[in-house]
Amino acid sequence: MQRHLDQELAELRAEILRMGTLVEEQIAGSIQALVDRNVDLASRIIERDTQVNRLDVDVDERCIQLLALQAPTARDLRFVTTAMKISTELERMSDLAENICERVIELNEEPQLKPYIDIPRMADWAMRMVRECLDAFVRSDTAMARKVCADDDVVDDWTHQLFRELLSFMIENPGTISRAIRLTFIGKYIERIADHATNISELVIYMVEGKIVRHITPPAS
Amino acid sequence: MTAIADTQDALKAAAKDLSFYYGPVQALKSVSLGLAERRATALIGPSGCGKTTFLRCLNRMHDLYPGNRYEGQLLLYPDQINLISPEVDPIAIRMRVGMVFQKPNPFPKSIYENVAYGVRIRGISQRQELDRIVEHALRDAALWPDIKDRLHSPAFNLSGGQQQRLCIARALATGPEMLLFDEPTSALDPTATARIEELVTALKEKVTIVIVTHNMQQAARVSDYTAFMYEGRLIEHDRTAKMFTNPSNSLTEDYVTGRFG
Repeated sequence: MQRHLDQELAELRAEILRMGTLVEEQIAGSIQALVDRNVDLASRIIERDTQVNRLDVDVDERCIQLLALQAPTARDLRFVTTAMKISTELERMSDLAENICERVIELNEEPQLKPYIDIPRMADWAMRMVRECLDAFVRSDTAMARKVCADDDVVDDWTHQLFRELLSFMIENPGTISRAIRLTFIGKYIERIADHATNISELVIYMVEGKIVRHITPPAS
Repeated sequence: MTAIADTQDALKAAAKDLSFYYGPVQALKSVSLGLAERRATALIGPSGCGKTTFLRCLNRMHDLYPGNRYEGQLLLYPDQINLISPEVDPIAIRMRVGMVFQKPNPFPKSIYENVAYGVRIRGISQRQELDRIVEHALRDAALWPDIKDRLHSPAFNLSGGQQQRLCIARALATGPEMLLFDEPTSALDPTATARIEELVTALKEKVTIVIVTHNMQQAARVSDYTAFMYEGRLIEHDRTAKMFTNPSNSLTEDYVTGRFG
């Protein structure tokens, strides 16, 4: 039986994906702005965060309305509550991209401290996690979701490595401290983006299997 | 088996391979289902799935028609009598297992006499004792404040929701251990429905409740356990919260999400 609810759930899914695509562009743009030392790009990305915020509110309103009017149950209910939470995770990712851009603008007031090698690699890895967690959501693919959760460890290791490297700069030359700290922040932001991708993956596992795997490491299979 | 699996809840009744036939037609197919004591169990499923048939087995309503036949066991705890055994007196069973029907069906008598009726059959005729039991039952049914000044006016003067609460008081008066509700609110407006649902929730402290309903949200709101039946079989029985968020069986899933039925 084709239900009216199916149409509404499809629209909700499409809206989450629109939001996801925009957030991916925000993150990619923030790293581009860092590497190219492009203040204009950084400013545009900061402005564009309001679009993500608007989508977050739209998704919330749509979900609240669905819950009130359609009283979804079982997998429909899990889909709607998951969509609501995913929207929050995506909105936070966009905030982190905004934070990266703020640091980029500050960093551009001084010469570049060092060539950026690890940060773009880390960011690529985190962005792949974001793409894959959204794919897992669309396809209800829990194998993919579990892979994303496992991938998070790599980003954590990278963050520590980056911190150690920047620390040596700071010890060697206190004149680098303000830049090194800002780059450490950026590393931390990327690590947080990967954490949000992990959260989304855990939500997808709940949506598909009805099992809550948050706050359990590693996610039970 | 004296408790519901994975819970602390004791059993009040249990069907074991219960089958039921309306003449040649088999309406229940080997149903095994435990009903938790002083909890509400909702029976859900599409029309013709056997939920009302199952409910009516619990107080031997089927005995009123010839040609009906039971198989298997339907035990009532703690004494473990088999409710459907021919040696068990259906009248005695109906004192212990009361029933509230879809449409309010008060007797064409006064409010007082409706409630006192079953108590008199039980052999209690002393006025003071009758008064006490009637008041108590009407209080438990949340009807007392509405009618305490007109106990002797005709029951038919009450509104639909009040009549239904009167029927609940009538069922409570004999001190039953279990109350059966067969779509008790399908003839009532939303306000009267809400009052009945509140009442069901309150009554759980005293009696075991089994409720048949077509209203999924009602099942979700009032019951602790939900049993989903389909084509005379029990498909799934679990805590209501589980049944409505993450049922184990795909048929249950399709039914509670409105994909069929």
